[in-house]
Amino acid sequence: MNDPKCKVRTSNSTSGPGDAGKTGSWRVERPVFDYSKCTPAKRQKESCFLCWLYCPDAVISKELEPKVNLEYCKGCGICAEECPTGAISMVEDADIMEKENKTS
Amino acid sequence: MKVIESGNVAAATGVRLARAQVIAAYPITPQTPLTEKLSELVEAGEMDAEYIAVESEHSALSVCIGAATAGARAFTATSANGLLYMTEQVNWAAGARLPLVMCVVNRGLGAPWTIWNDHQDSMTQRDAGWIQIYVNDHQEIIDTVIKAFRLAESVSIPVMVCFDGYYLSHTYMPYDIPDQKIVDEFLPPYYYKHTLDPNKPENLNTVTMPYGRPDASGDFKNGYMDIRHNHHQEMREAIRVFQEIDRDFEKKFKRGGSPIVSGYQCEDAEFVAVAMGSLSNRLKDTIDRLREEGVKVGVLSVHLYRPFPHDAIINALNKAKGVVVFEKAISYGNQGPLFGDIKAALYPQASRPFIHNYIIGLGGRDITNNDLYDALKASCSTPDEFDDNPRWIGLNR
Repeated sequence: MNDPKCKVRTSNSTSGPGDAGKTGSWRVERPVFDYSKCTPAKRQKESCFLCWLYCPDAVISKELEPKVNLEYCKGCGICAEECPTGAISMVEDADIMEKENKTS
Repeated sequence: MKVIESGNVAAATGVRLARAQVIAAYPITPQTPLTEKLSELVEAGEMDAEYIAVESEHSALSVCIGAATAGARAFTATSANGLLYMTEQVNWAAGARLPLVMCVVNRGLGAPWTIWNDHQDSMTQRDAGWIQIYVNDHQEIIDTVIKAFRLAESVSIPVMVCFDGYYLSHTYMPYDIPDQKIVDEFLPPYYYKHTLDPNKPENLNTVTMPYGRPDASGDFKNGYMDIRHNHHQEMREAIRVFQEIDRDFEKKFKRGGSPIVSGYQCEDAEFVAVAMGSLSNRLKDTIDRLREEGVKVGVLSVHLYRPFPHDAIINALNKAKGVVVFEKAISYGNQGPLFGDIKAALYPQASRPFIHNYIIGLGGRDITNNDLYDALKASCSTPDEFDDNPRWIGLNR
């Protein structure tokens, strides 16, 4: 029973990426998928998804080829640690950006 | 039903009648018999509750925070250093606006170790964002515990019910146990606005930016400072809400009526002694003795300490010539905390009484009626000999 005058403002929000802003800028390493090893991608059916389950920021999609939302991924590496088939490796963002700059 | 029992058992009985669903506590003197009684009640099936044994006070309140968030009425109790060990979660529970109830069985703080009574423990949590109520006798303990659950759930702010270790916790006094049926009418089922719901997942109390912002679904969410402001405002509302709850309690149980402050011989008093907890009752004998000598004195007991009831304090004190605050706590290097608060409340008044401060009974040092009599008499008869510093009673014994 709530007093009608009390609004009880707390810090509550829809769970999802972006609760602390665009946290992708915090990242040093990013997860890179090797879909030839990734269970749902390989079997072409919904299975495993441990990366999706363990991601503390909910930025990995539950698709046959899981994708990472790099705007919010902090690069914590939990997905790479949990992946049972070693399909995810953590790669230095700086290296990737350097490569992208050379090719463009 | 009238019984003669200890203050700790009165508190436990109040928790049983309030139908608390989760109890997590770690034993510490002088709170131990309270939690022992609750564990007995759960074990015997007299309470439909989970009693969760924990390894520390920090864990005890953490369990209650989890339980209250999941939608269960939760209770804990502690004393002294146990409360200090809990401190991080004490502030968290308030910030999360969880309607918890905790009994603090007041005891002095170590170092050096003491197991005896003063108010220094709960005073350290004065600004933690909890409602603090100090009670004076066993009937007030059991009644206030029941009211505290309704108050906490009405304003979504946790409530600390503070009562003196030994003076109240371990002494036996007669009191009335409210009827369960009427308690059920008085106290509706548990309510918390942000109870976890698997069908509507939410982030609670994650990193909150200085400014408001849209969340993942685009709804505007509060910034940190706005959350704090709302907490403060609703602490102020709690003064009114507590009075409304007390009025309903009085209607149903035929007692109560002065939940914020209560006075004894204050109507025509020229001098008013102020205290919290059982010391307020001790002072009544001194008041009677001085009244017999023709000194017009009374005693004001402050029950609601946070939120601080400015209006009630001003109404009770601004016609007096003098106010004398007796305290079992000290803000080191400053003065008694209640003294400071009362001075601040009276400062904007057109006519201000003189106001003195006595520090008394720390770590259980005995408070004699003669101590109280001598102090109060000196304040009434020679007020000009006092300065703004607190006087300590009963040193070097």
